[in-house]
Amino acid sequence: MGHSEEYQKLEGKIFTKSFFILLSVVLLGFYFVGVRYVKGIGAVSNMSDGYPWGIWITYDVATGTAIACGGYAVAILVYIRNRMQYHPMIRSAILTSMFGYGLAGFSVMVDLGRPWNAYNFFIPSKWQANSAMFEVALCVMAYSTVLILEFLPAILTSIEQSKWDRMNAIRNWLHPRFAPDKKTMEDKLEMVRLGALWLKPRLNKVLIFFIVLGITLPTMHQSSLGSLLLIASTKLHPLWHTGFLPLLFLLNCIFIGYSIAILESIISSYSFKRPFEIEELSGLASLIPFVTVIWLSVVIGDLAHRNQIAAALKGDFYSGWFMTEFVLVAGGSLILFVKKCRRSARWLFISASMIVLGGALYRFNVYLIGFNPGQGWKYFPSFAEIMITVGIVALEILGYKVFVALFPVLPNMDLHGAHKKKGHAKKHKGEQSKPLPQSEAAAH
Amino acid sequence: MKKTSRRDFLKLAGATGAGLLACGAGSALANEGLQVNNEELGMLYDATKCVGCKACMSACKRVNHDYGSLSYEKAKFDEDGLWDAPSDLSGSTRTLIKLFKESEQRWSYVKYSCMHCQKPSCVSVCPVSAMTKEKITGIVDYNKNTCIGCRYCQIACPYNIPKFQWEKAVPQIVKCDLCKSTNLREKGISACAEVCPAGAIKFGKRKDLLDEAHQRLKDAPDKYVQHVYGEHEGGGTNHLYLASMPFNKLGLPEIKPEAPAEFSEKIQHTIYKGFIAPVALYSTLCFIAVKNMKKHESHDDDHKKGDK
Ligand code: SF4
Ligand code: SF4
Ligand code: SF4
Repeated sequence: MGHSEEYQKLEGKIFTKSFFILLSVVLLGFYFVGVRYVKGIGAVSNMSDGYPWGIWITYDVATGTAIACGGYAVAILVYIRNRMQYHPMIRSAILTSMFGYGLAGFSVMVDLGRPWNAYNFFIPSKWQANSAMFEVALCVMAYSTVLILEFLPAILTSIEQSKWDRMNAIRNWLHPRFAPDKKTMEDKLEMVRLGALWLKPRLNKVLIFFIVLGITLPTMHQSSLGSLLLIASTKLHPLWHTGFLPLLFLLNCIFIGYSIAILESIISSYSFKRPFEIEELSGLASLIPFVTVIWLSVVIGDLAHRNQIAAALKGDFYSGWFMTEFVLVAGGSLILFVKKCRRSARWLFISASMIVLGGALYRFNVYLIGFNPGQGWKYFPSFAEIMITVGIVALEILGYKVFVALFPVLPNMDLHGAHKKKGHAKKHKGEQSKPLPQSEAAAH
Repeated sequence: MKKTSRRDFLKLAGATGAGLLACGAGSALANEGLQVNNEELGMLYDATKCVGCKACMSACKRVNHDYGSLSYEKAKFDEDGLWDAPSDLSGSTRTLIKLFKESEQRWSYVKYSCMHCQKPSCVSVCPVSAMTKEKITGIVDYNKNTCIGCRYCQIACPYNIPKFQWEKAVPQIVKCDLCKSTNLREKGISACAEVCPAGAIKFGKRKDLLDEAHQRLKDAPDKYVQHVYGEHEGGGTNHLYLASMPFNKLGLPEIKPEAPAEFSEKIQHTIYKGFIAPVALYSTLCFIAVKNMKKHESHDDDHKKGDK
């Protein structure tokens, strides 16, 4: 069995210049996290009793997890719509999701005023099923675990094949000082390797059930992220406060997810100097408009139903933000209707960015911009607050860069890159019987 | 084969979408209405009687100082902390008297504190049951030992009542609990109602307070705005108001008679009732995914993959 068949590690150094730049941003962010724990949330943030949720919840949690929905969106495509040709993209998508959700969880711990009480989530007598947040919290915790399980095969493969070069190097460096002697260390590593060998086939057997759980959980909590604001009927602007919030949030995370999968692939191809995966990308891109069109029609239909169209076109502060969000999503989707644009990395990049921006802006509008607790309250994030968020994002990118170098995550270039045609014909004969991306677009 | 998978997808879309769509439509359906319990405890604040002496504010702090970790708030000029000078409700102040001045001649005092809603939003949203509503008294109480500090109660409360101690490393939510563990337990009345020299705060059962309020409206129709604030607002509150000026001018928001929590809980329940929808979704998806996998494997027999 060739393990590196479908995925490969990224060759190259880990400790590059960008690594250290990112690291310093991360450290600055963590400095402010430290301040927050010593002096209270008020010392680092501009949040107030009127705006008790700032960008940590709005960006890190509500928007960040949507951006991390690449894994979810691609998994639906591969396992539910049975488009196995997208399988090569799934690991990097899942890896991004893993970091996205992990760090959303981390930033929740920064944001919570009394995190040491969080164990109450596991005490049934404290459960409060009416609370959308209860649902979000449990689902997000469960999904983070599932993501780790989904990623485990990559780690296990890597352990199996590892010659422990890095470990050996570290040990050699440690050796005269505190390292255990060479023999015991080698034995221990061999044990780990055997353990991985034992675990992998067993995990593979049940993995599909976790993968499906990994599709169910985001469906639940992404819609509940919208439900969170249902109760704020007096505070959220009518442009955004609707009973359809859960549905809109669900659709929103799906089109953001596909767009992010595209962006991620383009950016990593570009920065790791690998060929673009145009074939897969254009296939993905042809799906996005179907989701955005539903989303846009629900938005418009709902506004019309509630007699808010005039408010949307009014030209004031709120309508301005609404229009921006709307135009970004609609414009990005329009580009994708053009077949030529779907096959150009540049246009794919532009339209996917527009859709991600518009989709993210929608979440900002619901959580912050359209939220008005009454007279006299103002909110704009403080420098420290922004730096904590930026630090978390930097940590995500850093983690991604390190992981793609350590584990087989990226699609194998021999199969999916420049020599794609040949590789495909040879290795993926079985899959060729399934429709290719182009014919899929035609099928709709 | 292509057809099958498309049908599967539609089936899936149906399963996911139906529940959500149903709830969107369901929200438009008539409100079943919640049961108002008029036996609960509450207060009637009559702004026309209040003389603004703030005895209620200081009584509140005196009584609840230790229990709710209420501290006195410094005024800006006051470095020694000798004065208590709150400008709004906060993590140190549970109740506050404000003076609203429309003109030199027309003004009114107004008292802010938790409204002790019949169907409290804060209780509805708290993920760990740190906010609770007592069955018999109807007091909406807070337990700092379970609170995780998520501040969702602040987002949810239409009156902006729960306050958070932003400046503390070990913060908590602060709001009126009707002196539940202090004055009410010792003397059977909230501290503010007990000390009010002008009789502006009446403490008692909601039904008695409502009767009294309507009686006052009838007795002096010219003096009052003909409305008992809190009788119907947001599903009804146990803290009721009478005033001579429009309530929204006094900083009391206009709120529809439906409790916001009714609306959101109905949608949440439509989606999660008995956990049927999520379980159905999971099983449907499993079915589809496993079938797809099998199909895939049978095509792939001669190209066994170590890596799934
Ligand atoms: S006024 Fe606000 S804090 Fe008080 S019970 Fe109602 S929702 Fe809760
Ligand atoms: S801040 Fe505390 S009381 Fe308020 S909703 Fe969160 S856990 Fe409940
Ligand atoms: S004690 Fe009574 S009169 Fe004095 S401010 Fe309070 S409510 Fe008004």
